[in-house]
Amino acid sequence: MIRLLVEGDARPATAGWALVAAGIGAALALGWVLPRWLTFVVTQGLAKGLAVMGVVLLMRAGLVSFGQGLYYAGGAYAVGFAARLVGLREATGHAALGVAAGVLLGALVGVVVARYRSIFFAMLTLAFSMVLYGVLIKAYTVTGGSDGMPIPLPTLLGLPVPADRAGAIVYDVTIGCVALAVYVIARYLASPLGFLMRAIRDNEVRVQYLGGSVRRAIYRTYVLAAGLAALGGVLGAFNVGHIDPDLAYWTTSGEFVFVTLIGGLEGVGAPLGGAVAYELVKSYAFKYAPYAWEMVVGIAMLVIIFLFPEGVWVSLARRRRRTSP
Amino acid sequence: MSTLTIIGVDGVVFAAWLFLISVGLTLIYGVLRILNIAHGSLYALGAYTGATLLLAYFRHDLWPLGSLAVLPLAALLVGVTAGPLIERGLLQRMYGRDEILQLLTTYALFLILEDVMKLVWGTSPYYAYRPYGLLGQVSLGGVVYPGYSFLLVGIAALTGAALWAFVNRSRFGRLVVAVIHDPEISVAMGVNLPRVYVVTFSLGAALAALGGAYTAPMIAIVPGIGVEVIVVAFAVVVVGGLGSLEGAALGALIVGVVRSAAVHLLPTLELFTIYLVMAGVLLLRPYGLLAGERVRRL
Repeated sequence: MIRLLVEGDARPATAGWALVAAGIGAALALGWVLPRWLTFVVTQGLAKGLAVMGVVLLMRAGLVSFGQGLYYAGGAYAVGFAARLVGLREATGHAALGVAAGVLLGALVGVVVARYRSIFFAMLTLAFSMVLYGVLIKAYTVTGGSDGMPIPLPTLLGLPVPADRAGAIVYDVTIGCVALAVYVIARYLASPLGFLMRAIRDNEVRVQYLGGSVRRAIYRTYVLAAGLAALGGVLGAFNVGHIDPDLAYWTTSGEFVFVTLIGGLEGVGAPLGGAVAYELVKSYAFKYAPYAWEMVVGIAMLVIIFLFPEGVWVSLARRRRRTSP
Repeated sequence: MSTLTIIGVDGVVFAAWLFLISVGLTLIYGVLRILNIAHGSLYALGAYTGATLLLAYFRHDLWPLGSLAVLPLAALLVGVTAGPLIERGLLQRMYGRDEILQLLTTYALFLILEDVMKLVWGTSPYYAYRPYGLLGQVSLGGVVYPGYSFLLVGIAALTGAALWAFVNRSRFGRLVVAVIHDPEISVAMGVNLPRVYVVTFSLGAALAALGGAYTAPMIAIVPGIGVEVIVVAFAVVVVGGLGSLEGAALGALIVGVVRSAAVHLLPTLELFTIYLVMAGVLLLRPYGLLAGERVRRL
């Protein structure tokens, strides 16, 4: 379990499936014990954590996506449109639709951005998400413009979700989705594709000489990252009960990049834990210093860049491992 | 007047604005090899400083047209304060490091500057529109244009020419060109590299602020105006080729004319024109129209 979270190693022998099942069970039960505000923040953190994981997967190949908000908003708006235009109420249907929308969008945008590296990749992804932001603002007859639209409480497997239990149920659904996503990512990291991404970061030209297709690897990872962010968007939409174009704005994508920087590039626990911690800190900081929050984030980023270039979590984990026998 | 001429005039006016906001970005990238995400913040800083100076100027009941000369002062102010502070304090530690870390550094800087501006100028909008009406209106073939638009074209042309002369004709400009081609050999030949870097960055910052200062009378200045600018400026610069001054001019002209054509012929597409142009150019020439192929490391 520890190795799964820290290093993304999903081999059954090391992960211990019983332990994993117990962990998920405990996490599910927590939703009914914790206070409402805390499950809300944790759910929000986990939803964003899914998008962060996508950024992490891309950054392993040395690519920074400043535009994962595009898919986060894409997933959320897929839910909004399905509920508003088609009248779909089923949560599983929403999730499938949202992920499909994200994957489709990623498959289209990926054709263009997979050709580019470093600053070009970063700025093109940013540009695409700003295009969606512009569309969501301008097409107010369909999207509600800058006011966004409400997301009605969904049904779960055909059963209605009672309003007073909604927080815990959305939290449990999120835990389930995250567990599934972690499994998919762990398999991805253990696959040749996952290893190829690390090789691309080290030396792209050499990967090509060895017969690997760099563009295909980046394209597939990009689509996977899009799907993850879209799933996060769906869960975030359920949790908040309201969506607006800010989900596609650069601030949302910037948050994902920031949490990636805190967590570092190894494992799947760091992005999730980092995102939850970030949401917790933010919910307090917004109360006390609403106009200085971004500045705090920026300064924290500079500190990380100069002191812990591999991410705080990984640096601390390394230090602990080195000192303990 | 035919639609074609209207498109042409509108296009040139918009291109002038695009050139002003993006030329500093390409200058900084060309010399420092850092894509400055905080460029938009420097633009916003210029807009706020310009607006503040304008409001102070009009409070004193001076000659109204003089207000137009106050705006370059705002650019100068931003250039000589923020420029050296950012380059010496932050960017100089990033030279030679991973491109992604450089990008993230300027992103962090951008976040910090956004809030600094909120703390200094607050969140309510600033209006400094008086200079906009000072130049009256110009009638061109039956269509009335604000005179300010043509001032913008003049400033952009002047800036472009001055910059070209600076880089190609002055002694310091030639040192800059030498540094662009090979920083290491330049140092061996006695070029003061840190000085070239700090002057270039400050000049780029001043250009961003100049764009912001002359935009100030045309818009309501609110937090967040810098974000769209960095995306648009990047698009313009990429079309022409990152790091090329002529490229920035060419990119601005192409994007400006295509956008004004879209405004008049296909208004629904207006929002996407910049990105469509960028995508189209990049598909044909992945590093822009006037940029050479990049050397890939093995």
